[in-house]
Amino acid sequence: MIERTSDKKITRDTVRYVADLARISLGEEETDIFREHLEQILKYVEQLEEVDTENVIPTTHVLSSMKNIFREDIPAPSISPEEALSNAPDKADGFFKVPRVIKER
Amino acid sequence: MKNKFSTIDSCKHWAAEAGPGYPEAVSRWLDHVRDTDTDIKAFAFIDTEKVKERASLNVGAGRGERLRGVPIGIKNNICVRGALTTCCSEMLREFRPVYDAHVVERLEREGALIVEGLNMDEFAFGSSCETSSFGYTRNPWDISRIPGGSSGGAAAAVASGSIPASLGSDTGGSIRQPAAMCGVVGLKPTYGRVSRYGLIAFASSLDQIGPITRNVSDSALMLEIISGYDKRDSTSVDLEVGKFTENLDRDIKGLRMGVPEEYFTGGISPGVRSRVEEAISVMEGLGAEVTRVSLPHTRYAVSCYYVVGPAEASSNLARFDGAHYGYRSGKPGDTTDMYFNSRDEGFGDESKRRVLLGTYSLSSGYYGKYYLKAQKVRTRITEDFLAAFEKCDCLVTPTTPTTAFGIGEKTRDPLEMYMSDVFTSPANLAGIPAISLPCGTAENDMPVGLQLMAAPFREDTLIKAAHAFERNTEHHKRYPLSGKDPGGQDVEG
Repeated sequence: MIERTSDKKITRDTVRYVADLARISLGEEETDIFREHLEQILKYVEQLEEVDTENVIPTTHVLSSMKNIFREDIPAPSISPEEALSNAPDKADGFFKVPRVIKER
Repeated sequence: MKNKFSTIDSCKHWAAEAGPGYPEAVSRWLDHVRDTDTDIKAFAFIDTEKVKERASLNVGAGRGERLRGVPIGIKNNICVRGALTTCCSEMLREFRPVYDAHVVERLEREGALIVEGLNMDEFAFGSSCETSSFGYTRNPWDISRIPGGSSGGAAAAVASGSIPASLGSDTGGSIRQPAAMCGVVGLKPTYGRVSRYGLIAFASSLDQIGPITRNVSDSALMLEIISGYDKRDSTSVDLEVGKFTENLDRDIKGLRMGVPEEYFTGGISPGVRSRVEEAISVMEGLGAEVTRVSLPHTRYAVSCYYVVGPAEASSNLARFDGAHYGYRSGKPGDTTDMYFNSRDEGFGDESKRRVLLGTYSLSSGYYGKYYLKAQKVRTRITEDFLAAFEKCDCLVTPTTPTTAFGIGEKTRDPLEMYMSDVFTSPANLAGIPAISLPCGTAENDMPVGLQLMAAPFREDTLIKAAHAFERNTEHHKRYPLSGKDPGGQDVEG
């Protein structure tokens, strides 16, 4: 949970917390720059609060006439395993290869 | 400078005249592009061998005729099978899709020569083409200035006379804003009109693919070709596609044009305002009925857009994990370290900024305050438009508040850069179609874009009105001076 000391202040810890959620490692200097930018941008977008949105339905689809799209569940050819792996940074035996997930004991 | 590659028609003529010598003609055209693009850098890269190979396959093949032999440029976030599709990001610097985007299939079916590699802001995040991992593109009207963005390469390539038409993508103005700044025609179709299958997603509720061309008739033709239902994009709309080219050469007597006062305030430059007001007078002179309208929530569009857009972007960019495709960091560590380091090293600053912003606005405790609130304001913005379209057939506004700014002028202040989208992002938020076309030059003798917006699926109205303006004015006949004239012996045949 983000600390909420003041709605308009973004702390370095907030940036670190969000970067952690987004799986991006940030250097110290980057953290400072992004903190400043996020604070500036979020302060600006707070003007949205001026708008009366009482009983307004949030946009979920921009053209409200559209309905859910379903199709029949029929198996059809898709891309081959070779194609699926063709852009993999690392692969082995027809699988994507990643660093060890489970720690060695 | 005007040349035989300026329009689709003259390009078709060039290809037809070449006949069996078409592959050699394409080779010479590639030399022309290399020369023209030396200063402009509209292309992040060109795979000349691939283009030549496609050219040799294009000879005498029994394909469609409407773009026979015509080179069409493709923004580098639209998938071309087997070709580098990088989004101008380190993250995808070696990515080669295993399928073609729907729009690429459509163009090839009409005999087009696909030329991918047009420069763009990284993942389309930007309004100046300066965040590309390949370096920036320059404006053909003044190479010290930006071409606009994110489809800056797509607009600059058409403006400089390298290519008659290109495809870009528009999430908050990324087709119309660079088209305006480079003095060419850019069209964002209605959301759902063109399949997004094969477009690398930025913000899925806002993104649309559309054409950038030299003139309105080429825009209509390109739109006609790429529009239509595609079951591979679930937001593609199953609606009959009209013949947009039949809306050319129509008169606009009695066409109700609304002028929204909110688009003529704030940061608009005096020159831009004058050109657009003159354009409105021209429309009036052609018989359009001009009325003042109000879109009161316009001033919240940038805020709304910079909550919704980054939120969706942070979700769409979650797929870049270093495991399946894209960049993987070489640093040691476990799988989690791989995610963190690959995303740190693979994404540029603007991508990180948007992912962080989007993640923040979707995070626990802030979702209601930012994301949900923005989606409600978005409903308000859409309601403004629908109310206006009760009273008028289309809206006429400037595309951008200023002409093209200098390279590096706004890179230090993200918020100031975001303000470039103030007049273009509302159409994306509401899903409506919009076109930008040249209406003269203003500050620093740089082009000004006139924007027309219409109700959903009324691209026919846009084309009718835009073409009426174009045929009664001379603005589209002005070309930038940079870019060399290939009319001489260099590119004959």
